[in-house]
Amino acid sequence: MKLGVRDGRLEVWLFIVQRLTAMVLGPLVIVHLATMIYAIQGGLSAVEIMGRTQGSLVWGLVYGLFVTAAAFHGAIGLRQIAREALQWRGMTVNVAALIFCLGILCLGYQAVWALV
Amino acid sequence: MSEPEPQSETQSNRMLTVDIWRGDAEDGAFQTYEVPQMESQTVLDVVTYIQRKLDPSLSYRFSCRVGMCGSCAMTVNGKPRWTCRSHVDSVVENGRIQVAPLRNMPVIKDLATDMSVFFDKWQKSKSQFVPTDGDASEFAVVDPTSKERKAASAGIECIGCGVCYAACDVVEWNPDYLGPAALNRAWTLVNDSRDGDAEGHLRAVATDAGCHACHSHQSCARNCPTSLNPTASIAGLKRKVFAAALKGRL
Ligand code: SF4
Ligand code: SF4
Ligand code: FES
Repeated sequence: MKLGVRDGRLEVWLFIVQRLTAMVLGPLVIVHLATMIYAIQGGLSAVEIMGRTQGSLVWGLVYGLFVTAAAFHGAIGLRQIAREALQWRGMTVNVAALIFCLGILCLGYQAVWALV
Repeated sequence: MSEPEPQSETQSNRMLTVDIWRGDAEDGAFQTYEVPQMESQTVLDVVTYIQRKLDPSLSYRFSCRVGMCGSCAMTVNGKPRWTCRSHVDSVVENGRIQVAPLRNMPVIKDLATDMSVFFDKWQKSKSQFVPTDGDASEFAVVDPTSKERKAASAGIECIGCGVCYAACDVVEWNPDYLGPAALNRAWTLVNDSRDGDAEGHLRAVATDAGCHACHSHQSCARNCPTSLNPTASIAGLKRKVFAAALKGRL
């Protein structure tokens, strides 16, 4: 394979990553919603949330995975919308999507870090 | 032998109001004609009546008149259809029908579109059969009950009419998109045990404007006059490309 990914191959891999992240996001969204419904039963407070998540490796991993999957899934989806609806093609749209992905990763990990 | 006149069948007194798109690639407008309604009349009969009796300058395309050649497709009341097999009775709305050229293809004149963009994509998707047995010295033994053969057989009755291509919004958004018919053809070859280059076919459709661009919204399948399901074929291609990519065979 030459340096740089053939456009087609990039498309295939993005498709694969998007499908795989969707599979990860499915159950995580359900866990997230279920936790939210459970957590607000006695009112919602930062103390209560922190009490549950702080020092918990499991919640750290769950939300870390959530952030990773959402960042990739969202960026690939937005790239596709930009290509189809705005006719924005070529390298610049890929770079923009990558920046979006990195941005979500940074913000997301920062939030996860603050929680655990 | 002269062709039978399309209006020779039992004529009723009812008239049909027909809006026909007239124009070229640059400009055009609908023009209205009154056509006598007849029993078992097809939309192609109506267009032919107008061209023969009312306005000989009208351009349109047809050949077989029996749903085999795929040349007569037009947009009828907003939907792409094969006009030779579309009965007026099934499409008429309040005594009126509207006939326009197919969408997503440049208009040459009136109802005749330039279908070369559509057929060029069959070439681009490398939809040529690649024989495993070059000189065909032996009869190929094909198991008709195999999963692959069934998948191929489900897709081969395409008449190349372009209806699915006109119905596809992704073609409108991305003019490079190979489109349902070309991808459906590729799927039949990938499943043909006599074809020797399945991976080559997959490579040709695993592109920027190939099978992954499809949104699976089934407009093609819904409108295909021969009831093919290009959406299912394209989903099959996505699966095969997925597997080939994971195996490093793309
Ligand atoms: S299912 Fe795919 S090919 Fe068919 S109309 Fe929709 S986008 Fe086009
Ligand atoms: S798949 Fe159906 S609609 Fe599309 S060109 Fe073939 S016959 Fe026509
Ligand atoms: S004229 Fe041949 S398919 Fe309609």
